[in-house]
Amino acid sequence: MAGRVEGKVAFITGAARGQGRSHAVRLAQEGADIIAVDICEDIPSVSRFYAGATEADLAETVEQVEALDRRIVATKADVRDYDALKSALDDGVAQLGHVDIVSANAGIFIFGDQSHLVSEQDWRDVTDINQTGVWHTCKAAIPHLIEQGSGGSIVITSSTAGLKGTPNVAPYTASKHAVVGLMRTLALELAPHSIRVNTVHPTSVDTGMIQNESTYRLFLPDAEHPSRADAEPVFRTINALPVPWVDPVDISNAVLFLASDEARYVTGLELKVDAGYTIK
Amino acid sequence: MGRVEGKVAFITGAARGQGRSHAVRLAQEGADIIAIDLCGPVPGIGYPPATPADLEQTVKDVEALDRRIVARQADVRDRDAMKAAIDEGVAELGRLDVVVANAGICILAPWDEVTPEVFRDTLDINLTGVWNTVQLAAPHLVAAGGGSIVLTSSAAGLKGLPFLTPYVAAKHGVVGLMRAFAHELAEHHIRVNSVHPTGVDTPMGAGDGMAQIGAWLQEHPRLAGMFTNSLPVEITQPVDISNAVLFLASDEARYVTALTMTVDAGNTQY
Repeated sequence: MAGRVEGKVAFITGAARGQGRSHAVRLAQEGADIIAVDICEDIPSVSRFYAGATEADLAETVEQVEALDRRIVATKADVRDYDALKSALDDGVAQLGHVDIVSANAGIFIFGDQSHLVSEQDWRDVTDINQTGVWHTCKAAIPHLIEQGSGGSIVITSSTAGLKGTPNVAPYTASKHAVVGLMRTLALELAPHSIRVNTVHPTSVDTGMIQNESTYRLFLPDAEHPSRADAEPVFRTINALPVPWVDPVDISNAVLFLASDEARYVTGLELKVDAGYTIK
Repeated sequence: MGRVEGKVAFITGAARGQGRSHAVRLAQEGADIIAIDLCGPVPGIGYPPATPADLEQTVKDVEALDRRIVARQADVRDRDAMKAAIDEGVAELGRLDVVVANAGICILAPWDEVTPEVFRDTLDINLTGVWNTVQLAAPHLVAAGGGSIVLTSSAAGLKGLPFLTPYVAAKHGVVGLMRAFAHELAEHHIRVNSVHPTGVDTPMGAGDGMAQIGAWLQEHPRLAGMFTNSLPVEITQPVDISNAVLFLASDEARYVTALTMTVDAGNTQY
């Protein structure tokens, strides 16, 4: 049986690990080839929360996609560097023939300060990566999609924090709201080309971005060394469904649906995969 | 292995159109079906009503896929008849996992020509019928330890499409039901979402309706953009809605709840 995105090529940012790797693997399982980029570096403002992805991580994504007998072109590139990003994509398209799916997934999570106490550097890093990086990703890919004339699907990773305010998470929340505005505008601009643009809005996902002591302390400010087990019941309280977090594949399944022709008339949708977080 | 293999889905308005398409699409992916339809007229609808023969065709289509189906002629306004159909279906098929509250009517009229009867019938079927469906079916999902409920709303459940006041009111009401049920049923791992189609190529969407709207839009040109899709497509196919229902019904969407899922070619983006 043909895969649900058989023969398509997907461009995925932040693909070295976490949700990005999961998207690459899930789309490859359903027949897509992959163009993957990741910064594969520590970002100074993020290092106090969690470590950056590495080149070994990106190599592992390559291995997992190739194990599925799909092709992958992986490049170390920073979404803040438009020229590098465009060059990585163009190189991937040259090798794989086309690009049909865009997953603007790369992002960082910094938190802890009230809005008026956030440092200039933190604000700039989050905005540059989560907002400008998404725009760069779209800017690089859209000319390919238009020129190919066969439509396409752009999926931007937002967040529950793209729909609701989140105290002490101002730069992230602002950036994740901003990409919803970008999505809505692109959905209108690109509709005449049958290019669909949607966002996904995960609640907490079981990746290194939240599974770290700093994030646990956001929920358990009084604990000295809170653990995953300590954090689980608190995370559970933020969702309507009785689960603390979701798995990367849950987001990938939403991305897969939006990427596939099953969703050929779905555009402008904020697809929440949030266990009911945003209705609370 | 189908994407809803082994599940049982209860679908209202299943004789034809989107309802039949949902039955067939879910059956293709491994589900058994409990189907009901009024199979009869509602005063004022501008298109031919579904018939018992239509429902029989849905049965044949599902059985041709080697899936089981329990089909009953029942009105979503008749709680006793619907409860009997659900309970018999569950007794025969063993369980219930998915509920698709799809039955609905659509009667077009400018605001000052809507009669109290049309307003009442539309609310009774499109809103109270959905409430009946969920309230009567959900106990089986609670018993099963989880499930997925999909309510068919509309682009008119998110924006005030003209010449459809009762329909717009009912379809907005469905969103409220969806959100409230999503909260109350979450503790049972039951997810509740709504789908929001733009125009769909079915008996309801065909006929003289679109021509009539065109004439009214000529008289009220400032409303002309309201029905426009941003994607270059005039009408969608039932299977496009069924694919969204399938996603929401499947375990792929196990953490998706309280979503207003547009399948509207960008109609609500205007």
